[in-house]
Amino acid sequence: MAVPSPDSPVRTARITRVFIYLFLLLFALFYLLPFGIMLINSVKPLSEITGGNMIALPREWTIQPWLSAWSTAQIGVQPTGLRPYFINSMMMAFPAVILSTMVGALNGYVLTKWRFRGDTIIFGLLLFSCFIPFQIVLIPMARILGILQMAGTTQGLIMVHFVYGIGFTTLYFRNYYAAFPTELVRAAQIDGAGFFQIFWRILLPSSGPIIAVSFIWQFTNIWNDFLFGASFASGGAAPMTVALNNLVNSSTGVREYNVHFAGAIMAAGPTLLVYIVAGRYFVRGLMSGSVKG
Amino acid sequence: MGFLDIDNVTKSYGAVQVLHRVDITVEEGEFLVLVGPSGCGKSTLLNMIAGLEGISSGEVRIKGRVMNGVHPSRRNIAMVFQSYALYPNMTVGKNITFGLEMHGIPKPERDKAMRNVAQLLQIEHLLDRKPGQLSGGQRQRVAMGRALVRNPDVFLFDEPLSNLDAKLRVDMRIEIKKLHQRLGTTIVYVTHDQIEAMTLSTRIAVMFDGHVQQLGTPKEIYDSPANLFVATFMGSPAMNVLPVRLEDRNGVLHALLTGADGQERALAMPHAPAACAAYKDTEVLLGIRPEAITDPEGADRNARTIQPMTNRVTVIEPAGADTFVTMVLSGRDCIARMRADASVEPGRDFDFAINMDKAVLFDPKTQTRIA
Amino acid sequence: MADMTGSGADFRTRLQTWLPKLVLAPSLAIMLIFVYGFIAFTIYLSFTDSRMLPSFNWVGWQNYERLFRIREWNIAMRNLAIFATLYIGISTVIGLALAIFLDQKIRAEGALRTIYLYPMALSFIVTGTAWKWFLDPAIGLQNTMQMWGWESFTFTWIKDREMAIYTVVIAAVWQSSGFVMAMFLAGLRGIDNEILRAAQIDGASNWNLYRRIILPQLRPAFLSAFVILSHLAIKSYDLVIALTGGGPGNATALPATFMYSYTFTRNQMGIGASSAVIMLLTIAAIMVPYLYAELREKK
Repeated sequence: MAVPSPDSPVRTARITRVFIYLFLLLFALFYLLPFGIMLINSVKPLSEITGGNMIALPREWTIQPWLSAWSTAQIGVQPTGLRPYFINSMMMAFPAVILSTMVGALNGYVLTKWRFRGDTIIFGLLLFSCFIPFQIVLIPMARILGILQMAGTTQGLIMVHFVYGIGFTTLYFRNYYAAFPTELVRAAQIDGAGFFQIFWRILLPSSGPIIAVSFIWQFTNIWNDFLFGASFASGGAAPMTVALNNLVNSSTGVREYNVHFAGAIMAAGPTLLVYIVAGRYFVRGLMSGSVKG
Repeated sequence: MGFLDIDNVTKSYGAVQVLHRVDITVEEGEFLVLVGPSGCGKSTLLNMIAGLEGISSGEVRIKGRVMNGVHPSRRNIAMVFQSYALYPNMTVGKNITFGLEMHGIPKPERDKAMRNVAQLLQIEHLLDRKPGQLSGGQRQRVAMGRALVRNPDVFLFDEPLSNLDAKLRVDMRIEIKKLHQRLGTTIVYVTHDQIEAMTLSTRIAVMFDGHVQQLGTPKEIYDSPANLFVATFMGSPAMNVLPVRLEDRNGVLHALLTGADGQERALAMPHAPAACAAYKDTEVLLGIRPEAITDPEGADRNARTIQPMTNRVTVIEPAGADTFVTMVLSGRDCIARMRADASVEPGRDFDFAINMDKAVLFDPKTQTRIA
Repeated sequence: MADMTGSGADFRTRLQTWLPKLVLAPSLAIMLIFVYGFIAFTIYLSFTDSRMLPSFNWVGWQNYERLFRIREWNIAMRNLAIFATLYIGISTVIGLALAIFLDQKIRAEGALRTIYLYPMALSFIVTGTAWKWFLDPAIGLQNTMQMWGWESFTFTWIKDREMAIYTVVIAAVWQSSGFVMAMFLAGLRGIDNEILRAAQIDGASNWNLYRRIILPQLRPAFLSAFVILSHLAIKSYDLVIALTGGGPGNATALPATFMYSYTFTRNQMGIGASSAVIMLLTIAAIMVPYLYAELREKK
C-alpha cells in the first residue's frame, strides 16, 4: 500500500516507513545519549555516579557540581573554577569575530563588485588558507607572538583567530555578494555613490543573513578552538576549552565527574545556544564552507 | 557635431575585439535604438556611453565634451536597467532621490523633484513602499522615475521591458514613447526585440558581431536592409530569402525560381536597381517579405509591379487578423501573408500576387544588398 | 568590473580603480605573511637542526629521514589511515542513510535534523569529555550494562591499545555524521522532481530510482563530504587529546598530536616542522585540485 505524498514522487510502502522511523529514532537516541547522560549526571552527587546507573535520573538533585565547576574547581594550580576562562573566551571570541567579519565583508565586496585582473588568484590564496593544517603555522606564530610580546595573552589569541578567520569570512561574503545584482552597483555609480557609500548604503543593508552566517561560524570556530588556545595561551589567559581539558584531565585528587560534566556543558553552552537560536544560519555556514566557489 | 557623438569607438578585452569602430552621431531629442542578438556588443556600447566600461579607442562626447575617463556620475546621464536595479532596502521615494542626495542636492529640492516625477509617472501612492512590494510594471515606472528626476542630458535604457509579460510590455512601450514625445529627451535604448526597435525609435542601429550592420530610420532598415543579416533579423515572420537566377527577357529583368511542381516561375522586376544589370545570368538571393506575397484581392493597389504566381500550398496558419501560408519555392519554405478570410487549403494550388516593388536582391557572396 | 584607467581619467574614476585594491591589500599582506610566509618558514625549519628554538643550521633531508624511522610517527600515520578511512566511510554511509530517510516526508523532520546536527556545534573537547566517560569501563556503558544484569558485557576498547583508535572513530563519527546528513539532504532537495517523475513513468522501482538516478546526481555532495571530512581527519587534534590523550601509551597518536608533542614538549622542532610539512602536503594533495576545479567552474 502506497502512502500518497503530493510533493515527492518517491513513494514508500507502510512497512518500509515503520522501519524508516525506527532507524531515524535510533539515531536520534545515538546523538542525544552522550550529551543527555552528561546533563543528567551533572546534577547528581558524585557517589551516585560512581556507585550507580548512568542512565537513571538523580535520586538526589544537586546544583553543587555546577557551582563548583563555575567558581571553585581546581584548574591547573588555582582553585578558580571555570569562570575566568569563560570570560577569557568571551573576550577573545567577540573582537576576533567582529574584526574578521568586517574585513571579510569588504573583501567579498571587492572580489565580486570591483573585479580586477588577478582577483581570482587572490581569492584562491585566501581560500586555501581556510584549509591548511594549523600545525604548519604553529612554530612561526609562537615566535611572532613572542616578538610582539603577545605570547600567553588574550590579545595574541584575538590576532591569531582574526588572521586565520579572514579566509572563511571572505569566502562567505564573496559567495553572497556574487549573487547580489551588479546592476545595483552600476545604478549607484551613475547616481554618484562612491566605493564606500555603495557598500554602506546598498550592499550592507541587504547583508543581514550572511553577517549572521559569518558571525555564527566564526564564533563557533573560535569558541571551540583548542589548538591555538593550548599553544599560545596556557595559564591565566587560557580559553574555556583549554581550561576544561585541564579540569577533566588533571591527575590529582578524586575525579569529580559531575563537576567535569557541568564544566563541559558550560563550555558547550554558548555555541549550543547559538545553534538552537539560529540553527538555520549555522547550517548555511557549514554548507557554504563545503560548497565553494 | 551632434548632441551625443560615438566617434570611432572600439572595445577590446585583451586580444579579443568585441566592438569594431562604431561611429554614430545622435541629435538632441533623438530616440536611438541599438538592436541585435545577444552578444552583438550593444550592451557593451551602452555601458561605454554610461562610463561603466572603459573605451579602448575612439571618443564618446556629450554636448561636445569628451567623456572618456569621466566618472559615470559626472556625465549627466541616467540609466534604466533590465532588472530595474532598484535598491531593495530603500523606499521608492529614497530610490528616486538617492542620486540627488549623492550629488549634494538639499532635501527640500529633492522632495520637490521627487513629487514632480512621481506625479508625471503616477506613482505618488507608491512612494513609501519598498521595491519588493511592487509589481513589475510599477518597478519599471520607479526605475524611469529615478532616471527622470536627474534631468539628464541622455537617457540610457538597457532592455528595460524584457522582464515584463507580453501585455505589460506593449503598455510600457507606449508609455515610454509618450514620455519621449512629451519631454523630447535624447534616448539611447538597447533591445533584442525588433518590434520594440521599430516602434520606438527615430533611428535604429542594427548590430551583429561587434559591427553596426546598418544605421537608419525604421523605414530604411525595414524596406532597404543593407545586408542579409539586417533583412532577416528585422521583421516577423522573417523576410523570405530565395535563390533566383536573373535573366533579361525582352529588355526587362526577370527573377527565375522554381515552383513546388518543379516548373519555372518568372517574376518581372522592371524597377530593379541599375546595379542588378551586372548580375544578369547569375544566381542571386531574392528577399521578399511575407506581406508582399498576398492573395490577388489583397494586393497593394498602389504598387507598380504586381506579379501573379500559382503555387502549391504546404501549410496554413490562421493567426486571427491574417492567415500565414507556407509554400515551397526554389527548394525553400516561403511564407505569404493572406487576408484572414482568403480561402486557402493545404495541398492545393493557389494564385498569389507578389508585390515586386518590395523585393530586394542580395549578392550571394558578400550578402549585401544590390543597389 | 571595468578597466577605466585611461590617461585622461578624472580623479574620481582613478580613485575607483585603486581604492578596491587598497582595501584588499591588508588582507593579502596578512595572508602572504601569516599563511604563506609561515608555511615557508616552517618548511625551512624542517631542513634545519632546530630543537627548542629555531636554528638556521641547514641539515638537508635529515629530519625527514629520521621522522620516518620514529616508531611513534609510523603509528600516527597508520592510525591516521585507519581513522580517516573509517571516519569518512562510516560518516558518509550514516549521513547518506539519514538524509535519504529524512527525505521521505517524515513527521518532525525539523526536530530530528536539529538533533542529528547539534554535535557539530560542540567543541571536540566537550565531545571527547562526554565519550571518554561514556566508554570508560569503570563507570560508563560497561558498568551500566553489568548493573542491569548483563554481567558478561565488556566494552574496554578505550583501554585497549589495539582498539582505542576505534573509539576515536566512534566519537568523531558522532560529531560529524549529522553534518554529512545535512549536505546530502541539501543535495537531495536540489534534484529536479520532474526527472524523478519521468523515471517513475519509465517504470523504475524505488531502489533503481536511487541507484540509477538520485545517487549519481549527488556526486558533488559526495565529493564535498569527502574533501571536508578528510581535511578534518588530517587536522584532528583536540578530540584525541580530550578522549585518550593519545594513549594508552601512544596507541592513538595522530600526526597532529605527534607534531605538537615533538615541537613543544620534546623540543625537537626540526622533526616537528617536518611532520607539519607532511600534514600540509597530505591536505594540499586533496584540497588543491578540488579548489582549482571549483574556482575554474565559477569563472
